[in-house]
Amino acid sequence: MAEALRSQTGAGGDQALVRVTDLAKYFDVSPPFLNRVLQGQRRAVLKAVDGISFEIPRGKTFSLVGESGCGKSTVARLVVGLYAATRGRIAFDGVELGALKRRSEMAPVRRRLQMIFQDPYASLNPRWRVADIVAEPIRAHGLSNDKAAILDRVGELLRQVGLAPVDGEKFPHEFSGGQRQRISIARALASQPEFLVCDEPTSALDVSVQAQILNLMKALQRSFGLTYLFISHDLAVVYYISDTVGVMYLGRLVEWADAKSLFARPRHPYTRMLLDAIPDLEMSGRQRTPVAGEVPNPITPPTGCHFHPRCPFANERCRREAPKAIKIAVGEVACHAVEEGRLPDAEVKAPPTLPEG
Amino acid sequence: MAAPRRRNRPLLQVEDLRIEIPTRKGALVAVDGVSFHIEEGEVLGVVGESGAGKSLTGAAIIGLLEPPGHIAGGRIVFEGERIDDLPYERMRRLRGAKIGMVFQDPLTSLNPLYTINQQLTETIRTHTELGEKAARSRAIELLGEVGIPAPERRIDQYPHQFSGGMRQRVVIALALAVNPRLIVADEPTTALDVSIQAQIIALLKRLCREHGTAVMLVTHDMGVIAETADRVAVMYAGRIAEIGPVQQVIRHARHPYTLGLMGSIPTIGHEVERLTQIDGAMPRLTEIPRGCAFNPRCPKAFARCHVERPELLPAGQTEAACWLYEAPAQRTGSDG
Repeated sequence: MAEALRSQTGAGGDQALVRVTDLAKYFDVSPPFLNRVLQGQRRAVLKAVDGISFEIPRGKTFSLVGESGCGKSTVARLVVGLYAATRGRIAFDGVELGALKRRSEMAPVRRRLQMIFQDPYASLNPRWRVADIVAEPIRAHGLSNDKAAILDRVGELLRQVGLAPVDGEKFPHEFSGGQRQRISIARALASQPEFLVCDEPTSALDVSVQAQILNLMKALQRSFGLTYLFISHDLAVVYYISDTVGVMYLGRLVEWADAKSLFARPRHPYTRMLLDAIPDLEMSGRQRTPVAGEVPNPITPPTGCHFHPRCPFANERCRREAPKAIKIAVGEVACHAVEEGRLPDAEVKAPPTLPEG
Repeated sequence: MAAPRRRNRPLLQVEDLRIEIPTRKGALVAVDGVSFHIEEGEVLGVVGESGAGKSLTGAAIIGLLEPPGHIAGGRIVFEGERIDDLPYERMRRLRGAKIGMVFQDPLTSLNPLYTINQQLTETIRTHTELGEKAARSRAIELLGEVGIPAPERRIDQYPHQFSGGMRQRVVIALALAVNPRLIVADEPTTALDVSIQAQIIALLKRLCREHGTAVMLVTHDMGVIAETADRVAVMYAGRIAEIGPVQQVIRHARHPYTLGLMGSIPTIGHEVERLTQIDGAMPRLTEIPRGCAFNPRCPKAFARCHVERPELLPAGQTEAACWLYEAPAQRTGSDG
């Protein structure tokens, strides 16, 4: 088995390092058993992620954006295996993660994917020295047992993220938020992964520090050929860091495209609304489309297209039928209005073309 | 865009404000020599990174500094009257009636045990002569004004029955209940999603225009400032680094810190390989360097910056606390 696995993982003839197909995660949020029996309350299921598909080419950054509760963090956790998927497949370098049952099968893949969390205060053990924190993946994956070698490696990692090897002697509380996030990144890099899942890595940081971390992540991607799945609610950050961007709404991927065209010419009405809602630093005095409504309760999402109650272009079909993803130039969009060509063009930058579908 | 000047005297005048937090190792100076003014109906944005002292300045104005923090120097003058040394009871009456506030987290500004009606009518009745019934209909009117659908039904609900954006609308209704002259809004949209944030900003802007209310908008989000404020003050390590009309500060920033800050914000549509980066971090209050607090991170620092602290100097159409503008600069701006 181990042999078979190695031959599978090693190859990498495939362009996409990560391929996610029809991924879904449902949470049972039912009231307790007694309440159901005595008070006749119903079972309730929260469809946090409801059938999303995407792929990430090697060495590229794919970002998921959306408002709170859209399921973007759940996708991140599914991809690294912190949650078991209800449905769907996650293939990493050709190996299907769901098929790996035993720990020994999982371990070699685990080493190659790591995660960076949002809160650098909660994700580092306050009782451990930084050197031990950074060395943990090396020990956990049995990459080295030689103390001196580990120490050297930790020093090297700390240097790579812009800290000094002597910082390894300190405890996390001695560092600022930005420095802690650097420590998290050093830890994630310790097992020499190829794929990093970053869940809002800069949301807790001030803008000037955010710039430092984003620059660092880009530099590391270049030097180590890393692949990123980047989760964020900040569209400007996503624009800066991503090659491809997916927009999520209530557990579904409504649109994905390469970063430039998504921002220059958003197709889906929700993407347009999001882009329109960002405060404008340029103060061009553009007329904003008034944004209406709020994200509905995900336990009882609207029928058909989840976005229809807030969508200015919704019609009967949108209320009835969930749209399927259709191909556009680079990417996909799930919207009846786009498919039927009854959507006005968002921006005038590009020549007006509408769907091939 | 220009601030209306009906009188010579500004609505709010903060002079040389100093806030100290005593600790066992001596007093920390969290805000040091901050001076600015707000005109009637004007929106002043205050930006800065965490720990720059922007929230403390706001808290000092509304008299809600958390002890042991206290005002250790300077004056706050509101409508010609000094308010930083008012006795508690008089300050309490001023707050709510003349100065409203909106905080970051709408859930903590509302009492979970009372209905929206009880909280709104309490505020209205404390500061006006209205009776129970009249206060209730005023409350319903307010909720309608801040865009809450079916206000006559929702007014009897509890805060937990509202979503985040709706709660923030209630808080704004609460702040506006008695037509204050000034609202201190501390990060009013930070806890909200972008689409809701846009709604709240638009609401705040519209209401303040309609009521002629001045706003001190404290936030770390430059985009929110750009959309909302008339003038902006950039704070760094307890001091104002730069202050001026919002367009000038954003487009032609003078202070090296403001320049770095603007460059470090990613912008959609701007293709950059690397964001401008200010190395290091803002100093802790215990280790504020001598001279200009920004000198260790400043690319343009020279000898004088390390020894002497700059005051706000006219620089183009803004004022910047930076020795670069010490040279005889021509004063063109009308602000300040």
